[in-house]
Amino acid sequence: MENFFSRYKNPLVLMAVLFIQVIALATQVKARGPAAEGPPLIRVWTVTAITPFERALIATSHFFRNTWNGYVDLRKVHRQNRDLQEELGRLRLENARLKTDVEQNRRLQALLDFKEQYVGQTIAAQVIGSGGSEQSHVIYIDKHKDLKPGMAVITPDGIVGKIKEVYPMSSQVVLISDRDSGAGVILENSRLQGVLHGSDLGDLRVDDIMSDEKVDVGERVMTSGGDRVYPKGLPVGIVNKVGQDSDGGPFLSIRLKPAADLNRLEEVLVVTSIAERTQSASSEQPRRAADILAQKLPSIPKPTPTPEHAAAKTAAAGSAKPSGSPTPAAGKKKTEALITASPAPATATKKIASPKQPAAAETPEASPSATPEAQQRRDPEKPPR
Amino acid sequence: MSPVLSLTSREEIEVHQFSWPASIGIPLLALFVQIFVSRWFGFLRIFDFPLLVTIFFAVARRRPIPGLLTGAIIGTLQDVFAGTKIGLNGIAKTMIGYLASSLGVRIDVDNPGSRFLMTFAFCLVHRILYMVIALGLVGTREPWLWAHTLVSALANGLMAVVLFTGLDRLKYRV
Repeated sequence: MENFFSRYKNPLVLMAVLFIQVIALATQVKARGPAAEGPPLIRVWTVTAITPFERALIATSHFFRNTWNGYVDLRKVHRQNRDLQEELGRLRLENARLKTDVEQNRRLQALLDFKEQYVGQTIAAQVIGSGGSEQSHVIYIDKHKDLKPGMAVITPDGIVGKIKEVYPMSSQVVLISDRDSGAGVILENSRLQGVLHGSDLGDLRVDDIMSDEKVDVGERVMTSGGDRVYPKGLPVGIVNKVGQDSDGGPFLSIRLKPAADLNRLEEVLVVTSIAERTQSASSEQPRRAADILAQKLPSIPKPTPTPEHAAAKTAAAGSAKPSGSPTPAAGKKKTEALITASPAPATATKKIASPKQPAAAETPEASPSATPEAQQRRDPEKPPR
Repeated sequence: MSPVLSLTSREEIEVHQFSWPASIGIPLLALFVQIFVSRWFGFLRIFDFPLLVTIFFAVARRRPIPGLLTGAIIGTLQDVFAGTKIGLNGIAKTMIGYLASSLGVRIDVDNPGSRFLMTFAFCLVHRILYMVIALGLVGTREPWLWAHTLVSALANGLMAVVLFTGLDRLKYRV
């Protein structure tokens, strides 16, 4: 080192003197720029000279810091990912539950809001009388104006019946518990559709639900709207008994407890017109019942009509006599026709022939309950063998 | 020290020194003439007496460090009196002092012809250094007048022959 300084003493002294003078010169010179009074050149040079080292230092610092932070963050990410996975699973379960709640809430809200929805289309009436016997399931209301036979009579608790006769001062209402009444209903949870009928004893029962379907006691039953009499979504009753059909058919015998107290009616609402609901109880777009059936029966080959079938169908059509009062069979036929022709929610699962029971649907003979009567109930237009 | 490029051997080179009054008075006198006298005698402006003194002391002492320090001091003082940025002439004359002292080690600068050529060349180098510093560091654009530069270098060369002969009487051999 000493040799270096002694050997290059002159150039080193020259550089030192020049450096000092350059520094002195830089302190006097303003940096060139738009402003006349810029920073001293010495400051510009100093900053310019220091900046690369500063950048390198900062970049190095950032590199190590980012590397360390990345490692630490990565460990946190693993832990966070595990926690999020658990959270995701929990939220999925909660989401499924909430979806169910939302659907139910939507349906309940539709039920609760029906009065406001139909307030302009109902007429409040006072119950002024009844049939006077255990076998009579009719009541009389004090309204007659603008009422027509077939109009639905409801209460906020549930459906009551429909107008049967309109008199000059009153109107007669046949209750849903009457054996001649009928209504299209749907089970709230299972979404199974059936036909509501009354009985001589005033019990409510739902037919046309296959015996392999699961219906729980306590399940709510609502109107399906397919009969074009009762608006869709009105409470009908609660299932209080589920059993096999007493006739030995492949259907369930479902007993209902009416939602509205039919023995203590005071005020009712007569639905003068049914408006289209803007809010659907189902989130899916409504589909035609025919489309649903076609979708559920893709594998059933359409039977080729034979001359014998055509003749039997013609004979059956000719033997059917019109009836002024609706019988249960006629009401069932009518209801099924309405259901087929009217829009139905996508969740409607009227199990005329369910894919879950191909034996009963495709080969009725294989089932002991596949009697000609039951077959005719499923397809009234098809003659029994 | 390699004598390859030297016209004289190391033993033949005479190293001179100056008295303190001469070392201080001659540069101050040169500055005084250059700064103040030239105001009344305009033709003196073509000469650069501080530069001539720097060259003279550098080649006479034949030591780079004293040569560059002499050039630095004279040049800085010239900047101070001239009112220019301090360092313009200082840096240029530092370089000239260094080069002149380095050159004086290798060639015989006591010959009038060599003194003329040496001074002529150093005047051009000094001008170039001055322009580079002014343009590169200070950012000022000095007009480059070739004819004036050549005439000035020629005049300084001739002045150096005369001036150095007179200053030779103030030096003494070490």
